[in-house]
Amino acid sequence: MSEKVKVSCEALRCAEEICHKFNNDPGELISILHETQNTLGYLPEEIQRVIAKQLGISAQKVYGVVTFYSFFSMVPKGKYPVSVCLGTACYVRGSDKVLEEFKRVLGIEVGETTPDGKFSLDCLRCVGACGLAPVATIGEKVYGRLNPSDIKKIVAEFGE
Amino acid sequence: MINLTIDNRPVCVPKGTTVLDAAATVGIDIPALCHIDLKGTCVKNAPASCRVCVVEIEGRRNLAPSCATTVMEGMVVKTNSARVVRARKTVAELILSDHPNDCLTCPKCGDCELQKLVTRFNIREMTYKGEQSSRKKEQTVAITRNMDKCILCRRCESICNQVQTVGVLGAIRRGFETTIAPTFDKMFSESDCTYCGQCVAVCPTGALTERDNTDRLLDDLCNPDKIVIAQPAPAVRVALGEEFGYEPGTIVTGKLATSLRRLGFDYVFDTDFGADLTIMEEGAEILHRLKAFLGGDKSVKLPIMTSCCPAWVNFYEHNFPDLLDYPSSAKSPAQMFGAIAKTYWAQKMGIPREKLVVVSVMPCLAKKFECERPEFAVDGNPDVDYSISTRELARLIKRSNIDFRSLEDTDFDKPMGESSGAAAIFGATGGVMEAALRTVYEVYTGKTLPKIEFQQVRGLEGIKEATIDLAGFPLKVCVAHTLGNARYLMEKLRKGELDYHVVEIMACPGGCIDGAGQPYHHGHVEIIKARAAAIYREDEGKPIRKSHENPDIKKLYDEFLGEPMSERAHHLLHTRYFDKSIK
Repeated sequence: MSEKVKVSCEALRCAEEICHKFNNDPGELISILHETQNTLGYLPEEIQRVIAKQLGISAQKVYGVVTFYSFFSMVPKGKYPVSVCLGTACYVRGSDKVLEEFKRVLGIEVGETTPDGKFSLDCLRCVGACGLAPVATIGEKVYGRLNPSDIKKIVAEFGE
Repeated sequence: MINLTIDNRPVCVPKGTTVLDAAATVGIDIPALCHIDLKGTCVKNAPASCRVCVVEIEGRRNLAPSCATTVMEGMVVKTNSARVVRARKTVAELILSDHPNDCLTCPKCGDCELQKLVTRFNIREMTYKGEQSSRKKEQTVAITRNMDKCILCRRCESICNQVQTVGVLGAIRRGFETTIAPTFDKMFSESDCTYCGQCVAVCPTGALTERDNTDRLLDDLCNPDKIVIAQPAPAVRVALGEEFGYEPGTIVTGKLATSLRRLGFDYVFDTDFGADLTIMEEGAEILHRLKAFLGGDKSVKLPIMTSCCPAWVNFYEHNFPDLLDYPSSAKSPAQMFGAIAKTYWAQKMGIPREKLVVVSVMPCLAKKFECERPEFAVDGNPDVDYSISTRELARLIKRSNIDFRSLEDTDFDKPMGESSGAAAIFGATGGVMEAALRTVYEVYTGKTLPKIEFQQVRGLEGIKEATIDLAGFPLKVCVAHTLGNARYLMEKLRKGELDYHVVEIMACPGGCIDGAGQPYHHGHVEIIKARAAAIYREDEGKPIRKSHENPDIKKLYDEFLGEPMSERAHHLLHTRYFDKSIK
């Protein structure tokens, strides 16, 4: 129950409105999840249940899609979401070491958020900037040709 | 019609037929694993994901899955070329690469479809050893889940979503991490699972099996301080024989009774007695609501819906909490039996309640859950202590060195072993309705039925309807099986568009004969049809075919209950329902 209390009525209404915007069409599930996550930052269980109910599909189906795509998250993302590309081009140019350095500097694992809620860490496959490999994004900002030694400085840019 | 050649044999089949089905018409049995198709019912899973059924088609570069490839004019198919045979073996070897391979102690050993393929493909060593899955395990009161044994065939997902519309089981995550799990990767017990168990009925491996109560039963049977009594359901006697090599549809009622005695049950009664009792109570309730309705009472809830099926009860408690006044308040036959056994009969015999163990033998897994309902217990002592499935009984008979085929036939014990043909047909979809109609008609009209069979409510059609002439009153009835069809009707009811007086619902396709506790059908719908035919033969062979004519039921009312829906009957034989929707 405690988990459910965290989701505000406002957030639930917001999810409902997004569903209405897409005419409660089950075919639009992915678009709805995208927009809901962009608005709320994450897709907790209760939000998924609301979306399932609006679209007339099972919560299991919604959950299946949420867990299939790495973009979707059931835990709140940090204010500055970090994504490290592990696509082929980035990987061969050492993005695994970049990822390790992010983990070390932030003190979190992939899929987690720092206790102060500032950073979350994810990996993804290709952002279409292979020429800049290895690549990471923080929020909307793209960082290319990364070297593990750059990471500390980059993270510090986001300090208050 | 389409003409093609399969393994050099000419084949002529209707357009749209799959290569797999076309081959079967000329006796070519292509192996399949993920595929299941109970023709004539809505049970179907054809994701073409396992690739075991691949065949070579002339002119095509790649091997094609025969379950998902439809025939074309002039097609030349090879199902047993060296290339196909090798590819098929490799597919099975890859499936085995992350399988636990603990077949010796697996609950599905001997009934596992993957195991059968390994034998059939002559796989004699583990060619590939890959990373091992480590997925969730769960033991509920009814279903055991060990997803390490899951081969991702999606049969359970199809059943749970398309057929039953329960929507609990489905694939989550991706790639090697993929697993089939209840909603939000929680436990069955925290989900909307109805324990219908149809996922177990179609699971090809040991990933989904029943909760096994046989050890518990053995302990009770050899405990000298316990009086253990048995009550087997109507559908058990037309399926149990399959476990001992009898043709599907063989009636083994007499051997069933004898085997239960040999196992050490002190008394061998019959759930059919409970079924007759159900008809008395539910029939009275039908007439009661009908009379109120005809008398102009606008508040009366119609249609009245049957409430024998425990998965269906779970389904409406979870999904239709606003409509709980519609189902009959009558308990299921097994629970009625338990309530009477532990009061009327126990008193008569001078057996204290705590000494008496009532065990039901059921074609069903949801019955295991039903036994655990707190409302079906007195001071924590359940009316039916626990339930074992048809399969569990077969295992126990084999374990106890009983040569089933050589057993003589015996009758059930009196008084709770006496039953009518109406009770016998409870096991097939439409059976409860027909049994109720036989009694309701005669009680309402005061006349003898001109024809005892109601053919309109028989058969495998998903939703059947009929109008019965009750001395001028057109009684509109409907019979549905599978929870998907139930949902369709309930949503109509919610909108006020369901125009019937009585509705029967059973969760399993075909009714209890295809219950999740029955011997595995492995996708053969003929087995289910043979069991249904046997149910109606059992009815025809009975001297008494109407519940209200069962002499021991009459005696029970005379000596103990008074009349149907009396205060005592209400207390013992009726129940209420709860809102169990997930908020």
